[in-house]
Amino acid sequence: MNERVVRVDITPAAAELLRSLQGEHGALVFHQSGGCCDGSAPMCYPAKEFRIGQRDVLLGEVEGTPFFIGAQQFEYWQHTHLTVDVVPGRGAGFSVEGPRGLRFLIRSRLFTDEEYALQQAEPPLHRGPLGS
Amino acid sequence: MAIPNTVAAAMARCEVKKEYGNFIGGKSVPATKGQTFDNLSPITGQLLCKVARSTAEDVEKALDAAHAAAPAWGRTSATERSNLLNKVADRLEQQLEKFAILETLDNGKPIRETLAADLPLAVDHFRYFASCVRAQEGSIAEVDHQTMAYHFHEPLGVVGQIIPWNFPLLMMAWKLAPALAAGNAVVLKPAEQTPLSAIVFAETMADLLPAGVLNVVNGFGLEAGKPLASSNRIAKIAFTGETTTGRLIMQYASENLIPVTLELGGKSPNIFFPDVMAENDAFFDKALEGFTMFALNQGEVCTCPSRALVHESIYDRFMEKALERVKKVKMGHPLDPATMIGAQASNDQLEKILSYIDIGQKEGAKVLTGGARQVHTGEAAAGYYVQPTVLAGHNKMRVFQEEIFGPVLSVTKFKDYDDAIAIANDTLYGLGAGVWTRNGTLAFKAGKDIKAGRVWTNCYHLYPAHAAFGGYKQSGIGRENHKMMLDHYQQTKNLLVSYDPKAMGFF
Repeated sequence: MNERVVRVDITPAAAELLRSLQGEHGALVFHQSGGCCDGSAPMCYPAKEFRIGQRDVLLGEVEGTPFFIGAQQFEYWQHTHLTVDVVPGRGAGFSVEGPRGLRFLIRSRLFTDEEYALQQAEPPLHRGPLGS
Repeated sequence: MAIPNTVAAAMARCEVKKEYGNFIGGKSVPATKGQTFDNLSPITGQLLCKVARSTAEDVEKALDAAHAAAPAWGRTSATERSNLLNKVADRLEQQLEKFAILETLDNGKPIRETLAADLPLAVDHFRYFASCVRAQEGSIAEVDHQTMAYHFHEPLGVVGQIIPWNFPLLMMAWKLAPALAAGNAVVLKPAEQTPLSAIVFAETMADLLPAGVLNVVNGFGLEAGKPLASSNRIAKIAFTGETTTGRLIMQYASENLIPVTLELGGKSPNIFFPDVMAENDAFFDKALEGFTMFALNQGEVCTCPSRALVHESIYDRFMEKALERVKKVKMGHPLDPATMIGAQASNDQLEKILSYIDIGQKEGAKVLTGGARQVHTGEAAAGYYVQPTVLAGHNKMRVFQEEIFGPVLSVTKFKDYDDAIAIANDTLYGLGAGVWTRNGTLAFKAGKDIKAGRVWTNCYHLYPAHAAFGGYKQSGIGRENHKMMLDHYQQTKNLLVSYDPKAMGFF
């Protein structure tokens, strides 16, 4: 498979935190949340903690950590490039960075026309748990 | 007495302690590992108090206390539980101002809202479920002349509840009142952003509720929420929050085969049909207030009317008046009784909201008013404030599809009725919606066609007990705020009794 257009990146500060969390928890996974309260924030879990569903879409990997989003939410997000960042804060939820007083955060931009054109020629994104 | 106008004075008035533990078995206890975390006030970004940072050991202690209390509590008469809940309501009402101030300190919401909405609604909720359980009856079915089916209710036992941070005390009351009324013992985990009011509530009610009936465990989701949600010692878990955590909670519940109720948010449409402007009268004024309701509680409401759909024939004239109304929303220190919009609950909320205003503009949405962080002077300078923001765009933009949970309204036009309903329903969620028209028939039709659990018709953001609240689609499972909520916290026992002296004849 040729290189895909990158759909998700990570800032240096978030990458450093993610590596530290990998040291504490082992392999991790991101799942993009939606809805109330801490919704619209990426949740980061130990890889085997969260059951990736058959229809969840794999957007890419950051620091070796797969980044998934729900299939229906993907329909509304697919035209945007995501960057995982980190800010001080106190998110609720079970995301592993919570106890550090830090919170992963998504920053977004539109894909360029050029990126969009390349995406049209790409095979579909992987859906479902990895290794399936 | 006047409301104190600084955080320090408000803390002194409410006698906020330096440190709070958990509330287990009827008393305050520190976390097993002795750890605490800093609880900041979003008004100033400064320390409010330290709170127990609990782990699985503390959850187990709370479950021990709850299991010790549950059998006797479950056998109390409905009258006894009802009377106790009324006493809880009375005491909360007697201390209404103190709890309103605590809630403002911890969450950042304006004192006018906690005094007029959060606290009176929480008080009423305990009274409502005190009444419901007193009036609740089972049923008898005559299966045939000599066979009777008796149905009656029994408590589930020990239940887990995870409370959100947007209305800490009210959301606690929504879950706690029916659970206690139904005869369950509760282990409750408040949100780590806003643990204060729940723990003070539990301490305040310590002499009313039998030890172990209400247990509060504070801490982080990962360290305290997960051991509670995944425990095989709870008979049910209730959660309000977002979709990914909702899935994780269901996943844990599936391991234990226990029921869940979930309230996971929305992206609620607020539809303004052209006849709202037929006259410049009290109704039109009410409709403009309805438009501005997106700013209530800083937009941190699962049912925030965050998408306004305005008919194209009135759009320009309507928006002129509507923006005037939004610009009158008074920003300020949350303890100032004149302030209409206070602080966002946490720094990461603030950052998230700003990131959405950013992507909205990148997608081509136009900022009609607001659009930035608000920096106040004085002690509130470092708090987390956002200007009431109105964006104009179209429904496929992410600011129309995601719950920003901030004072950010996305506005679009619609051509006709079918277009309005199509836009309203083009969302993953279905929690709330608003319909504004002088035509009762149109309002009824729209109310039926919108796929949401609650359609406010010519009103918005009313949350009375006795009106069922809950979501369609990805907004969750179950209903709160209504006597049917008792069903979420009870088993149905059926005694199938034969009064026929004769054998059936099979063997």
